[in-house]
Amino acid sequence: MMKPARKQRLMLIGLMVLGASVATGFALKSFNENLMYFFSTTDVMDGKAPKETLFRLGGMVIKGSVERPNDGMMVRFKLTDFSKEVTVEYTGILPDLFREGQGIVANGKLDSHGVFIAQEVLAKHDENYMPPEVKDSLKNQPAAPVTK
Amino acid sequence: MFLIPDAVVRFFHRMASPPHFYAFTEKLMPWLVTIFVLLTAAGLYGGLVLAPPDYQQGDSYRIIYIHVPSAWMSLFIYMVMAAAGGIGLVWRIKLAEVVAISSAPIGASFTFIALVTGSLWGKPMWGTWWVWDARLTSELILLFLYLGVIGLYGAIDDKRVASKAIAILALVGVVNIPIIHYSVEWWNTLHQGPTVTKMDKPSIHVTMLVPLLLMALSFKMYYVIAMLQRARVELLQRERNAQWVKNRFLEKQS
Repeated sequence: MMKPARKQRLMLIGLMVLGASVATGFALKSFNENLMYFFSTTDVMDGKAPKETLFRLGGMVIKGSVERPNDGMMVRFKLTDFSKEVTVEYTGILPDLFREGQGIVANGKLDSHGVFIAQEVLAKHDENYMPPEVKDSLKNQPAAPVTK
Repeated sequence: MFLIPDAVVRFFHRMASPPHFYAFTEKLMPWLVTIFVLLTAAGLYGGLVLAPPDYQQGDSYRIIYIHVPSAWMSLFIYMVMAAAGGIGLVWRIKLAEVVAISSAPIGASFTFIALVTGSLWGKPMWGTWWVWDARLTSELILLFLYLGVIGLYGAIDDKRVASKAIAILALVGVVNIPIIHYSVEWWNTLHQGPTVTKMDKPSIHVTMLVPLLLMALSFKMYYVIAMLQRARVELLQRERNAQWVKNRFLEKQS
């Protein structure tokens, strides 16, 4: 059997950890919006994103949407979260992982036409790691139904 | 304690006694080092030579063989430290206190390595060294928690009092551990989601996964070795006036 003094200490420690967890839980819940690193394209189309200030927009680059309209450094592409799309314009050097079908996060603001003018573009890596041959063989298979 | 076999209970009781711990870990050390060297050699060879390049990142992805095990260790060691601290608080076992403080610098180092390697990888891949997303920020807080534990321990002269103080700090900081782990699922982050610890099958090819797991084991071994060595020194310092220390070292001199 546990001695009463030890039992009491164990209870105190349990209560302390529980209290800290509950307090942190409430704090995180109330700051939930601020802890989001970026807004989704649906947020932007629904008008939830801030107007006239910088914010970050995340989404997947739509295949075939990347274009360089003036043959210059300016790139235009469309981002999607598989429900709504936002057009993004960016002038500058894109990161290594930027490509069509890739998730990215852009920092910038909306112009009056609803086009997102990015000042910075970051590539978001996905969690998949595989050798090139496996990727090729996946590509050659008949398209799997999209599960998302 | 009726569920645990008597032999196991006796083993732990003996290990909690400083002279036994000191002698036993001395005998254990060559074995631990051998296993560590074998695991590290196998993991590094598998990760840097045998594993194929990634379809998107080429060879740059190989930093996961350091980054991911370090990040796992940063969480694992924190849990060990907090648990040992808690055991020290409740049962007043000296050895648990020693294990708790001996873990802190190693955990801090792994956290630092995870942050630095992530940053080095982030620049070419993401396009930035650092972002304040939930994963990166919570991991940085973990580093500060470790540094807080080390600093607090150093600031209090009575080491038994110091051990109680750091145990409380470490236990309160445990809240951060699930936050780090789930940060990539609870919030939008730039950091990617989990690869290996997903509920369905890991999204990493098996030729890349095996060296990663070997490296994770190797890092665990390294932690055990480094922690035990630190614990032995810490024990000697605390017990410097005890008879067993005198016996042991006078014996060796003569």
